[in-house]
Amino acid sequence: MVIGVKKVARPRKMSGGESLYLLEILKGLGVTMGHLLRNIRHQENIATMEYPEVRRVMPPRFRGLHRLMKRPDGTPRCVACFCCSTACPAVCITIVAGESPDPSIEKYPVRFDIDMLRCVFCGHCVEACPCDAIRMDTGWFTPAEHTREKLIYTIDMLLEK
Amino acid sequence: MSGLFDLVVSVARVAVMLAFTLSLVPIFVWAERKGAAYIQDRRGPNRARILGLTLGGLFHPLADALKLLFKEDFIPDGAHRLFYQMAPMFALAPALMTFAVIPFGPPVEIAGRVVALQVADLNVGILYIFAISGMSVYGVILAGWASNSKYPLLGGLRASAQMISYEVALGLSIIGLVMVFRSVRLSEIVASQGTLLWGIVPKWGVFVQPLGFLLFLVAVFAEANRTPFDLPEGESEIVAGFHTEYGSFKFSIFFMAEYIHMVVGAALIATLFFGGWQVPYLADSGFLLPGGLALGLPGALVFFLRIGAFVGKVFFFAWLFIWVRWTIPRFRYDQVMRLGWKVLLPLSLANIFVTGLVLLLIDGGA
Repeated sequence: MVIGVKKVARPRKMSGGESLYLLEILKGLGVTMGHLLRNIRHQENIATMEYPEVRRVMPPRFRGLHRLMKRPDGTPRCVACFCCSTACPAVCITIVAGESPDPSIEKYPVRFDIDMLRCVFCGHCVEACPCDAIRMDTGWFTPAEHTREKLIYTIDMLLEK
Repeated sequence: MSGLFDLVVSVARVAVMLAFTLSLVPIFVWAERKGAAYIQDRRGPNRARILGLTLGGLFHPLADALKLLFKEDFIPDGAHRLFYQMAPMFALAPALMTFAVIPFGPPVEIAGRVVALQVADLNVGILYIFAISGMSVYGVILAGWASNSKYPLLGGLRASAQMISYEVALGLSIIGLVMVFRSVRLSEIVASQGTLLWGIVPKWGVFVQPLGFLLFLVAVFAEANRTPFDLPEGESEIVAGFHTEYGSFKFSIFFMAEYIHMVVGAALIATLFFGGWQVPYLADSGFLLPGGLALGLPGALVFFLRIGAFVGKVFFFAWLFIWVRWTIPRFRYDQVMRLGWKVLLPLSLANIFVTGLVLLLIDGGA
């Protein structure tokens, strides 16, 4: 049996001028100065995004922060069926149901809290909802707050989004 | 009366020198951060603002200094308390002291007396610089030793080995220059660089000693612990090297010392090899071009042109330190030692020999 000999690619030997490094260092300085001047002249081409002021536009199917949908009369579309909180793997949705004053609708959510500290943005709640009341299409991400309480979103905050 | 005059002049020179070097520190910290950002296709610091002004991030060094000033002054357990406190002072003081012998302008006449624009016109100028800059390594070694921690110790050891290797090349690379200008007094070296070589080229150190300049440049980079010779800090290998255990304003002093070293190195290069405050073809009366053209200028303008030339040269070479840092990666330790002992040392010896030979042939050993 023939042993397969693998040839490892080695860097080619440097020529005399290259091993002096002087010219090569000057070339390198030229490259960096080129970048510097180009970036000073065309600041708009720098890829850095000035984050809090400029937000990246997310693709349409990006799963961002949740929002609750409204009916045409302004009441929440949610019927407090608990499908979303059952589907939620992070157990971050708390619903308290109440009897709806509208006879054609059985229940409505008195409380609908999403604990954003626990949410894993899996989107199962959106899939589970039978009446398209919860969506994750706000395009917003990374909620940052100074206190934990501010990251528990109540029904009013979710309806506003 | 003359005693008071001397005192005022001395204090003023020290004040100008200190103000110049210390105010360059935040400027070059800013230039380093902003320049690095643009070289690496980033935007760099642009957030700190005063009254809505950001000035391209120029307030960041100020904010950094304030932050470091208000941090807890911390001494780790097991550190040698005295040496730990002394190390930053030992790092900063020699860096500032070196600047004392660098002439930053031509001698001026004030009230009928000639005043040299340098803090001390020592007749042993270059020797003084080597003596003082050799001391600056004590700060690094003390910091490494006193921290009682392995990475600072490694950083300190590296610094000492590197300093010893490159101090030799640094000293020897200057000998050729001293032979050409026949003086170790810096004001005389600068003054003799004002003449022309063969009537065309200014007799700058870089033109009479090109190899000496290259060797000196490399050795100064090593002495200032700047990339590619920043092994004492070597972030990727030994955390932050000698100042790993330092925080608050003690760290800030190490930081300032590094930048002052850079400024002093730049001023030394400018003084020894690029004519100091001399502007090519500019005599006391105005420009005298080699073709016989002359352009008269008032004395005050010539004076400010010369000081401006010195400041401009210092800025350029300090920028060179930054520029090289973001171009060349750090050497491996054995490469540093090989370059120091096997390349720079023989080359600097050869440079001395060739310079001596040429001088002997030209002047006949006069």
